[in-house]
Amino acid sequence: MKITFDWLKDHLNTSLKEKFLIDQLTNIGLEVESIESLSADNKLFKVAKIIKTEKHPNADRLKVCEVDIGEKDIRKVVCGAKNATAGLITIYAPPGATIPKTKTKLVIAKIRGVTSYGMLCSESELNLSNEREGIVELPKSKYHKSVGKNYFQNNNPNSIDLSVTPNRPDCLGIRGIARDLAASGFGKLKNSKEQKIQSKIKHTLSVKITKEKGQGCSVFGSCLITNVKNTESPKWLKDKLISIGQKPISAIVDITNYVMLDINRPLHAYDADKIEKGIIVRNSKSGEQFTALDNKNYKMENGMCVISDSKGVLGLGGIIGGTRSSTELDTKNILLESAYFEPKSIRKTAKKLNLDTDAKFRFERGIDPLSIEDGLNKAALLIKEVCGGVISKIDVQRIEKFKAKTVKFDPNLFEKVTGLVISRKKILKILEDLGFKHKKEKKYLKLTIPSWRPDISQPIDIIEELARIHGYDQIKTIEPIKKRHKPTLNKTQKLFHFLQRAIASKGYVEAITWSFTDSKYNNLFKENKKEIKIINPLSSEIGVLRNSIFSNLIFYMRKNLNRDIKDLSLFEIGPIFSGSNPGEQETVIGGLRSGKMSRLSWIEDDRIVDIFDVKKDIIQTLIEAGYDRSKIHIDDTTPNYYHPGKSGRIFINKEKDKIVGYFGEIHPNIIKKIEIKTESLVGFEIFVDNLKRPKKLLRDQKKVYQVSDFQKSERDFAFIIDRNFKSQELIEIISSINPNLIKNVDIFDVYEGENIPVDKKSIAINVGIQSLDKPLNDEDLEKVNKLIIDTVEKETGAKIRS
Amino acid sequence: MSDLKKIRDEFLSKLRSKLDLSQVNQLRTELFGKNGLITKQFKKIGSISVSERKKYATELNNIKDELQNLINSKIGEIEISEVNEKLKKEKIDVSLPERSITRGKIHPVSQTIDEISSIFSEIGFSVEEGPDVENEFNNFTALNTPDHHPARDMHDTFYLDEKKQKLLRTHTSPVQIRTMINNKPPFKIIAPGRTYRSDSDQTHAPMFHQVEGLHIDKEINMGHLKGCLNYFIKEFFEVDKIKMRFRPSHFPFTEPSAEVDIGYKIKDGKIVIGEGDQWLEILGCGMVHPNVLKNVKVDPAKYQGYAFGIGIDRLAMLKYGINDLRAFFDCDHRWLNHFGFDPLDVPTNYRGLSR
Repeated sequence: MKITFDWLKDHLNTSLKEKFLIDQLTNIGLEVESIESLSADNKLFKVAKIIKTEKHPNADRLKVCEVDIGEKDIRKVVCGAKNATAGLITIYAPPGATIPKTKTKLVIAKIRGVTSYGMLCSESELNLSNEREGIVELPKSKYHKSVGKNYFQNNNPNSIDLSVTPNRPDCLGIRGIARDLAASGFGKLKNSKEQKIQSKIKHTLSVKITKEKGQGCSVFGSCLITNVKNTESPKWLKDKLISIGQKPISAIVDITNYVMLDINRPLHAYDADKIEKGIIVRNSKSGEQFTALDNKNYKMENGMCVISDSKGVLGLGGIIGGTRSSTELDTKNILLESAYFEPKSIRKTAKKLNLDTDAKFRFERGIDPLSIEDGLNKAALLIKEVCGGVISKIDVQRIEKFKAKTVKFDPNLFEKVTGLVISRKKILKILEDLGFKHKKEKKYLKLTIPSWRPDISQPIDIIEELARIHGYDQIKTIEPIKKRHKPTLNKTQKLFHFLQRAIASKGYVEAITWSFTDSKYNNLFKENKKEIKIINPLSSEIGVLRNSIFSNLIFYMRKNLNRDIKDLSLFEIGPIFSGSNPGEQETVIGGLRSGKMSRLSWIEDDRIVDIFDVKKDIIQTLIEAGYDRSKIHIDDTTPNYYHPGKSGRIFINKEKDKIVGYFGEIHPNIIKKIEIKTESLVGFEIFVDNLKRPKKLLRDQKKVYQVSDFQKSERDFAFIIDRNFKSQELIEIISSINPNLIKNVDIFDVYEGENIPVDKKSIAINVGIQSLDKPLNDEDLEKVNKLIIDTVEKETGAKIRS
Repeated sequence: MSDLKKIRDEFLSKLRSKLDLSQVNQLRTELFGKNGLITKQFKKIGSISVSERKKYATELNNIKDELQNLINSKIGEIEISEVNEKLKKEKIDVSLPERSITRGKIHPVSQTIDEISSIFSEIGFSVEEGPDVENEFNNFTALNTPDHHPARDMHDTFYLDEKKQKLLRTHTSPVQIRTMINNKPPFKIIAPGRTYRSDSDQTHAPMFHQVEGLHIDKEINMGHLKGCLNYFIKEFFEVDKIKMRFRPSHFPFTEPSAEVDIGYKIKDGKIVIGEGDQWLEILGCGMVHPNVLKNVKVDPAKYQGYAFGIGIDRLAMLKYGINDLRAFFDCDHRWLNHFGFDPLDVPTNYRGLSR
């Protein structure tokens, strides 16, 4: 909403300066978004006289004009206007001036080889009118002494752009803003002494609002103005509209716009001669159509509020008029409409038809239902003044009577909510200034809400009004109390934060990617999960919710590799989705590593990152998070996006329904498909929600501290065993033979090949044996040895290698 | 002079000269070998008269100890000097690079969330979370934003079904609703998380982060709201003083509502928070609307309080001098490395939020 201080002064008596206005507007909730200074630039536009014109040497249609701008030197300006002739008084814009219409800044330029100093302007370029033919012709009689003077008056006010919140339709009119300012102590609101149409002429056009379910129009006021001559608006009106960036069109249009901007009363003018047998306001029927003023054809559904005549739809009530009944410069008789349309109905219709107009914007927020006659009076009298004609009596059709809303307000509530104390007197003063009527009812105030405030309906709304006008800066700051009643984070949240930093500490850089993704990438990792489409995506590249943490991560991995960063470790912790219902999501950590370790190292041989790198990262993270290594189990059932032979699945306590994670090489086919260029790509996933939080705190899980001071013995074994046998199981078997004696089981070599049968492998194991109670002698050790060999051979079919 | 004294003097002087290890060993053999001079003297003990024997034995033992100690220390000296000689030859270029370092980083948004949680933790807020996919009720209707409300236009929403009942939450305020429906007052929570709007340009990303705050109790008024936010902003930007402006505004779910601006200035091309006469909008807040409380079955006659919503990404940008919002989600490894935080850098109150 754009305003000027000058226009405000039509409604506000104030001696305060514009500087204070800006702050005050913001303080009362009318945020100043920007201030556009017109006057600074406007000083540059001069009244000028063409002294001589010559044909441009290199262009037939151009002239080189010598222009007197009231200075010693004559300016040479290249101009294409037909009417540019010697003697013409016009408007000159020097280099450095910004042309209002195009917002381009003029520079000294060579036009077809001739240097042009500035420009002679047309009315359209100056936003004075739509006249584009030729340059401005100023009347000689009035301007011949003004050559060199500023064309625009210096006191052109700043245009102040306000951001009006959706609850304040009243402030979409200058008067509403003036009222708020006055209430806050910034001047005094002028009485509106609107003249009334004093007419005895009958309104001869019939107007009817049909009473039907969902009727979106409750009041339709109108008057006829006959024998008008539509013309250009007078200067004061044009200036007003221009001052807030509106373009004057014709008197009738300008006047209806002016009334709308001034008191937020949208009006519509019809060419009365184009209306067939009167106006019917009714619900539309499916399939009806009309051409609107935006020159688009709209097809309606059932139940949209339309203004129609016997031939069909004329316009969409409160949204947009139609071309069939629009006023033009030669319009003789007009019907002026001032109606009330239901906000909900307006919003519904506009949304369905995807229409956004100024009228719609205002009606959907709620127009003052009591401004119908004010609007007609104000506009009709102005039209008569400018365009002549005869005004009929006002006709108001209504199917609903306006009833002022009231609210019972306990003034003590104000202090309770705001912590602010203001006197009863001040409370009443503010409310009166805002247009409330009040009556005392015991400890309450019975307040009658002004008709222009549809946003107010309950006591809290009154509190906001009082706080806003009195000033938020008056509210005292109460220091917060440093006291905690509940732990800040719950166990799950603590685990989330722990894992996040644990992974990062393994050398991974945290990425945050969007929760949506490209279905092309998502499909590679989605397995049998349901695709969840966004029905209105910004682009197909972010058209589905991600089913996997990898779909975005791998995309960005590729992007980074293409930047020639080779050895990357990226991870993300965040949601993945399994359905479109709230809660059908889980928290996952995904990590990807590419390239090599020790690339270009003088000290170590480089090697590609492999599955045991990511396995270490995931296992170490789990151990750090408090899970016992001996409880972590691994098998090889993994999703199809991993290398089928080089990937693993992780559980805790062998609970196979709770998959804690996967790790492994990304499937070579995927790497090929999305053209990732790297020596190696490995990754892991941790399903955070599947990680059981132990009931006991970590500090309570620790066993009694117990160590043995007796000699520890070590024995090495080599078993020849099935190639597919999981070494993890071998370790478990040996460890469980006698947990009191066997302290460690470590695999130090795995061998396949020469001297070993094809479907077998050799595993070399070191076992540490130590007793808590006594030193072990050779006999004891021999017993343990034998037990290990016998048990392994028996349970696994392995053979000890001799 | 006795034989013993002679042997002693002779060998003491021999051992004092400069010797290498083999020469020392040679002297040792001469003294203590099978036929060594000292060995021989011991063998003689039996043939000495009983009266002389004790004195002789004592003297012999003393000389033996003296010579042996000297030999041992001589050997020790030689060994040390030989090791030192050897080490001199093992000198390497220690300025060669160390084995390669891989350093992980925490994303600035994650770090900022930790900072925010740490600050609010001090004044008794706990962290709540909710799903990214929400229903229409929790995201809008319960928050006093019915379908016909123009305020809905301010939220460009991603929908997941044609009926527009399921959507990606446009703010973290639905967590308020979930918390209040499932628990009993008082409430004192913050809810950080991902939020979504179908908006994308230089300053808007279709996904961003917000932290919602809610404090409902019997006597919580706007003064508490001001105090809470003032405390937060001061702590977050780690400044002693902050210039703050509460500006009346409108949100359907709070009333009275305010937008909060903080004062700043540009100094040497960098933004300085807390000084200057420029204003920067950083959050929206207000007293929770009685309609919202009614919607979640909290009695507005008994309970009241405030709520606020802050853009996390924007806070991170301001604090850490990041210009481009889109870069947060572009995963450029170079950017992440530059703006990311060391994983050991956990924001805490006693060590400070940031280094």
